[in-house]
Amino acid sequence: MSTQRIAFALAAVLAGAAPASAERLVTTVSTSRVLIASNFTGADVVLFGSVERDAQTVARRGGYDIVVTVSGPRETIVTFRKQRIAGIWVNADSRTFVRVPSYLTVLANRTINDIADINTLRRTQTGLARTLLPQEIAGDIADSIREDPFRLAFLRLKLEQKLYTEQQNGVTFLTPALFRAAIPIPDNAPTGSYEVDVKLFADGVLLARTQTALEVVKVGFEQFVASAARDHGLLYGIATALLALLTGWFASVVFRKD
Amino acid sequence: MQIYLPIAELPVNVLLILFMGLAVGVISGMFGIGGGFLMTPLLIFIGITPAVAVASVASHVAASSFSGAISYWRRRALDPVLAAMLIAAGLVGTTAGVMLFTLLRKLGQLDLTIAVSYLLLLGIVGSMMVTESVRAIVRARGGRPAEIRRPGSHLWIHGLPLKMRFKVSKIYVSVIPIWIIGFVIGFIGAVMGIGGGFMLVPALIYLIRVPTGVVIGTSMVLTLVTMAYATVIHAATNHLVDALLALMLMIGGVIGAQFGARAGARFSGEQLRLLLGILVLSVGLRFAYDLVVPPTEQFTIRATEEQQQR
Repeated sequence: MSTQRIAFALAAVLAGAAPASAERLVTTVSTSRVLIASNFTGADVVLFGSVERDAQTVARRGGYDIVVTVSGPRETIVTFRKQRIAGIWVNADSRTFVRVPSYLTVLANRTINDIADINTLRRTQTGLARTLLPQEIAGDIADSIREDPFRLAFLRLKLEQKLYTEQQNGVTFLTPALFRAAIPIPDNAPTGSYEVDVKLFADGVLLARTQTALEVVKVGFEQFVASAARDHGLLYGIATALLALLTGWFASVVFRKD
Repeated sequence: MQIYLPIAELPVNVLLILFMGLAVGVISGMFGIGGGFLMTPLLIFIGITPAVAVASVASHVAASSFSGAISYWRRRALDPVLAAMLIAAGLVGTTAGVMLFTLLRKLGQLDLTIAVSYLLLLGIVGSMMVTESVRAIVRARGGRPAEIRRPGSHLWIHGLPLKMRFKVSKIYVSVIPIWIIGFVIGFIGAVMGIGGGFMLVPALIYLIRVPTGVVIGTSMVLTLVTMAYATVIHAATNHLVDALLALMLMIGGVIGAQFGARAGARFSGEQLRLLLGILVLSVGLRFAYDLVVPPTEQFTIRATEEQQQR
């Protein structure tokens, strides 16, 4: 992440040094904190952005393209494959995906493959299919080939869980320079900080890039229970056991027959 | 009506959970068992991870056993000395069970172990209960006298040393088999999220010859203590007990148990054992089905330990 940050900072500096013809991206999110309370069933965070131009900016014939990439806290995830051993299906092989996004959403204003050529998309990791998913292979960490069954299964399961999504019509231009995108936060979204990366393309070239962040946090009772369970496990356990005894005792008093 | 579970980290329907607690409660009241062997698979079925299900069901079983144990205690239908002996070994078993649970979770084989243990244990115990009760019912229908097992008839178990007199149960028996039973029940209870009442009761009747009058009350005391202890240990080591989920299950469970107890009074002992046997066997077969039938999805993904402790 830090190298990415440095690279990004460098890019920003270079962009600043470039002739004043470049566009600038200004974005904001409807909320930077998604709160998980007991009634949480998912939420949409709306991102608004505008392409700032100045007097020298050249006209873009093809119009602008926007790709929004939101990635959740990184996780190391093991993908197991079941195999039939002695008549029963057991988890036999596994691959470890190291520090991959627990959540990943890619939103674009049109088919991503039409926005730029494949090399540009790869280089900028634009689109779900081009996101790096490093695996631990024999002590080495590298992304495998796209057709790797474990990699395919990983993506498929993440898509099924709605933790990974790609919407090629997820960004809407309100005016030629003003756009909005709805970032879906599903009910099973992990807590932590989410990076929102917005890329501006025109005529197949990456013109500008900006980053912002949002946080998914448990609040109120949810937060209290979760942190009690994590930080004071023993006390929490005793409290739960007492709660059980209290419920049991209460029932025996209420329903006493004799 | 959805509510977000803080530890399981997913929203569930409150009414569904209450109803599940109620339904399992009816069964637990009917047969005088905790009902963990039904509740844990049901929770896994609605999408709660096996680890959270096992850890949270422990407190639900503790609640229903406690309300049961109180009513048996009022009727003096339990043997405190026998219960104490079972508990001593049960706590050791529970500790060992939670240690194995933690280890298996690290190795990524917890789900499989839970499934295979359910299949084996429920399959075997269920088949035994069904055949035994069918035989008893057939015998009763045929008018032949039931095969009476007098408390005096000796098993090899009664030749073991360290004998002890249990006044309430009116038995004089070695504590070794009692400790073994207590340990085994505590151990599998912690690993599988069951109280073990459905195995404990027959074990005490057939192996130790505990009179039927005190056996359910005594078994409930053991279940209560091991499950309350398992809740604490699971919470302290694996941080997987979902108190909110447990509370909803408990409320449904204790209410259901009252209706179940009344319904149970209408059946004879053999009929109840047959029903319970069929129930146990079908849960076992459900697990067998998942293990044997080729899965539609061969892959599963799971975040590793370090990341779950966010």
